[in-house]
Amino acid sequence: MDTTTHVGAHAAHDPHPHGEHPHHELGFWRKYIFSTDHKVIGIQYGLCGLVFLFLGFSLMMMMRWQLAYPGQALPVIGKILNVFGPGSMPDGKMTPEFYNSLGAMHGTIMIFLGIVPVAFAAFGNFVVPLQIGAPDMTFPKINAASFWAFFVGGMIMLFSFFVPGGAAKTGWTAYTPLSIITDQGGTYDPVFNGQTLWLIAFIFLITSSLLGAVNFISTIIQLRAPGLTWMRLPFFVWAQFVTAFLLLLAFPPLESALIMQLMDRLAGTSFFLPSGLVVNGTPLHVSGGGSPLLWQHLFWFLGHPEVYVLILPAMGIVAEIIANNSRKPLWGYKSLVFAALVLGFLSFIVWAHHMWLTGMGTAVSAFFQTTTLIISIPSVIILSAFFISLWGGSIRFTVPMLFATAFLPMFGIGGLTGIPLAFNSADLYLHDTYYVIAHFHYIVAPGTIFGLFAGIYYWYPKATGRMMNEFWGKVHFWPSFICMNLIFLPMFLQGMLGMHRRWYDGGQGWTLAGDKVWGLSGFQWNQPISIAAWCMGLAQIPFIINFFWSMRHGKKAVSDNPWEATTLEWTAPNMPPHGNFVTPPVAYRGPYEYSLPGRDRDFTMQNEPIEPGEQVHHPSTEPVLHA
Amino acid sequence: MEIPYTVVARRDTGVWNAKVGIWLFLASEVMLFGGLFSAYVFLRLDAGPGDWPHGVLNVPVGTFNTAILIISSVTVVLAWAALKMRQFTRYRIYMAITILCGVVFLVVKLGYEWPQKYVHFGARIKESELAKYEKYLGNQHLLAEGFAPRKEITGHLHNPQALHDPNIKEYEIALDPVNADPTNKKMDRPHFFYVPPTEKIGIVEKADVEYANMFLPKHSSYFATYFTITGLHGAHVLAGVLVFCYMLLPASTRLYRQNPEHLANRVEVAGLFWHFVDLIWIFVFPLFYLL
Repeated sequence: MDTTTHVGAHAAHDPHPHGEHPHHELGFWRKYIFSTDHKVIGIQYGLCGLVFLFLGFSLMMMMRWQLAYPGQALPVIGKILNVFGPGSMPDGKMTPEFYNSLGAMHGTIMIFLGIVPVAFAAFGNFVVPLQIGAPDMTFPKINAASFWAFFVGGMIMLFSFFVPGGAAKTGWTAYTPLSIITDQGGTYDPVFNGQTLWLIAFIFLITSSLLGAVNFISTIIQLRAPGLTWMRLPFFVWAQFVTAFLLLLAFPPLESALIMQLMDRLAGTSFFLPSGLVVNGTPLHVSGGGSPLLWQHLFWFLGHPEVYVLILPAMGIVAEIIANNSRKPLWGYKSLVFAALVLGFLSFIVWAHHMWLTGMGTAVSAFFQTTTLIISIPSVIILSAFFISLWGGSIRFTVPMLFATAFLPMFGIGGLTGIPLAFNSADLYLHDTYYVIAHFHYIVAPGTIFGLFAGIYYWYPKATGRMMNEFWGKVHFWPSFICMNLIFLPMFLQGMLGMHRRWYDGGQGWTLAGDKVWGLSGFQWNQPISIAAWCMGLAQIPFIINFFWSMRHGKKAVSDNPWEATTLEWTAPNMPPHGNFVTPPVAYRGPYEYSLPGRDRDFTMQNEPIEPGEQVHHPSTEPVLHA
Repeated sequence: MEIPYTVVARRDTGVWNAKVGIWLFLASEVMLFGGLFSAYVFLRLDAGPGDWPHGVLNVPVGTFNTAILIISSVTVVLAWAALKMRQFTRYRIYMAITILCGVVFLVVKLGYEWPQKYVHFGARIKESELAKYEKYLGNQHLLAEGFAPRKEITGHLHNPQALHDPNIKEYEIALDPVNADPTNKKMDRPHFFYVPPTEKIGIVEKADVEYANMFLPKHSSYFATYFTITGLHGAHVLAGVLVFCYMLLPASTRLYRQNPEHLANRVEVAGLFWHFVDLIWIFVFPLFYLL
């Protein structure tokens, strides 16, 4: 840390003679913008990520109009959307190209600019060092660099909407060879076109998560407070630890694939272009000899661990909140930890179940089908442990707890509906239908995003010193919960009818979308789904207002530990100063010592020493091991 | 506020922070180059017989560069050892040698090997027309010897405008020895030393060519992977050189005066990175130059 400047000026009244300045005042820019404080960086990530989440959701709200009312002019907003250029919404009607851009960018923004930054980077940055009793991350400057790489990547993604031809159009998966021959020639700029900018922005995002992942892992290994042994870490820290490893090891192969696709687009190579490719009736003048399948392998080698990158932090948040609000220890802590580790490992060897339709061969399919079914075991262990944790607890239905409990059945639905997709015979029918959309959205939307909301309501007092409003929190929760299900449940029906996920007209022109199910045709189901999606947009308004209003006007947190929790972040003062703790904490016990018998309080914090005569029977209360 | 364990090791883990950090970073680098090498394997296995070129790179120059990198890996350790013994002048000398090696490597790679490829030409003949060019390809001879067929005619392009001008119907190529004398048994296997193109001119009709270009990334899967991997590797060498240069700047001298162990740690971490870059080259060299 470079706090060694101005030593002379402060030396006279400085209690720390070695140039240490715990209360050294930084200027506005250094304190809030180019900060190296993990909490500020976490909040920066969080705010940017939430903005991107809403933006990604807005793209989908626009697409839902086209799906429900294909070819009709979008009222009011349609005219404004012409800022995206002449090819986007002429007369308020969405062009197919613009629809494709919205779809591709919805996926990209939601996953890489929304959920990963909030779930991993924001919560990980803000909470993990506090929970392990560390003053900061191991590499604060690299931490700041990580955020700024993310920021630049995000800005390039946004910028790509406004270049000639608009943003990337080939889905968030950017399957080759389509993604290479697209956005080329004609009015397209060789570099400033949607797909090329998508690749460049992505390289920034990967750099960002690489720097973040290195920082998280080394921080958890190196900066745990004395006595905070591995089996005393809160489950959230474990979840972030595994997530960081996934990002560290799964993203680089995609980066290599991005470099190769960039070479294909800019240097004319044929990494992913097969021999004899004919485009619009003319043979493509390239050397050929490439492999489209190679892209899919490299993409899904990231793509599948990425799914667990999205869900693990949310599971960590839910674990903290369930233990806190059921006032009893998390059930099966060790099982949870090992399940998370196994989940992390297995997530690296299931990727090709996204590729059943490519004809990889039966042996390869059999292997990946087997590993995919095995990976459901640790997922079920985690979910079961959460459910059992509720059993016999004194549950407080606070707003964070509402979101956390809603997470459980929603993740359950998402997980169980994934099993038919794991079998390649069933998947041949369901592949690329709305069934798949419904399946993974149940995991990431009412699953992960509810987990994120839970975390925001839960740690808000630590970041601001004030509570978010309880009533408006419930007004946020219930409509969101209902709308989520109204949106995604009918999609299972549409998918089982065989409706394809990439139809621009919502299925209007397709015979099989005319079949009726539960009183409406597959196509007609688009309307209630779209209305529910727009209602869910409205349901976020109480959250947005609550979020900003409570910063200044919310109820003051009654103490540094308003939820009466046990983990170390609640021993730090609210709005912790740079350096976090007044006195560096020491951990004497496990993370979830709720309702210990024979005490006047129902929670015992990790930094409370073992009392003489206290019965120590919990496996996680090993003797203190000072580092 | 100060971050603990930046210089001294934490007792229960036995390491200081940056050492954990660099090993994690290197793990991700393994995956990055792993992705590229797996692309190499994928494309090479997909290539038909005769589609993957052999002996188009300059082996002695590659060997020289390999030696240079290995020497620099030794000198960076010596630099670190000198720091540990608090011999600052020796440290600076070894560090300078390391930087010099890195620069020589880059100059040889980017200033000599790559540009040589830009002016070399190859025309891949259509499968149906191979017999027409038997005098340059010698496939009957290769068949008798049990080798994969030749499909490409290489050399220096005498009429470079042919590449862009649709009115020119033929490529005039100053043939490489392998195409100039294809049935010579000496040409069956790649040469160790570089042999320049001959004076003999071969004429190839454009209509018979499947794909023709200079030895650029777009020429073939082989050169695509070659330029991408050596380019990325070169970027890593450059990054290492820049970091080492920083370690010779006055800022690092000041750090040495304040806390020599801290500088030694930095050199150790940068050295680990440098060894990794060296190791990648140990894979690149056989994959592209020898196999």
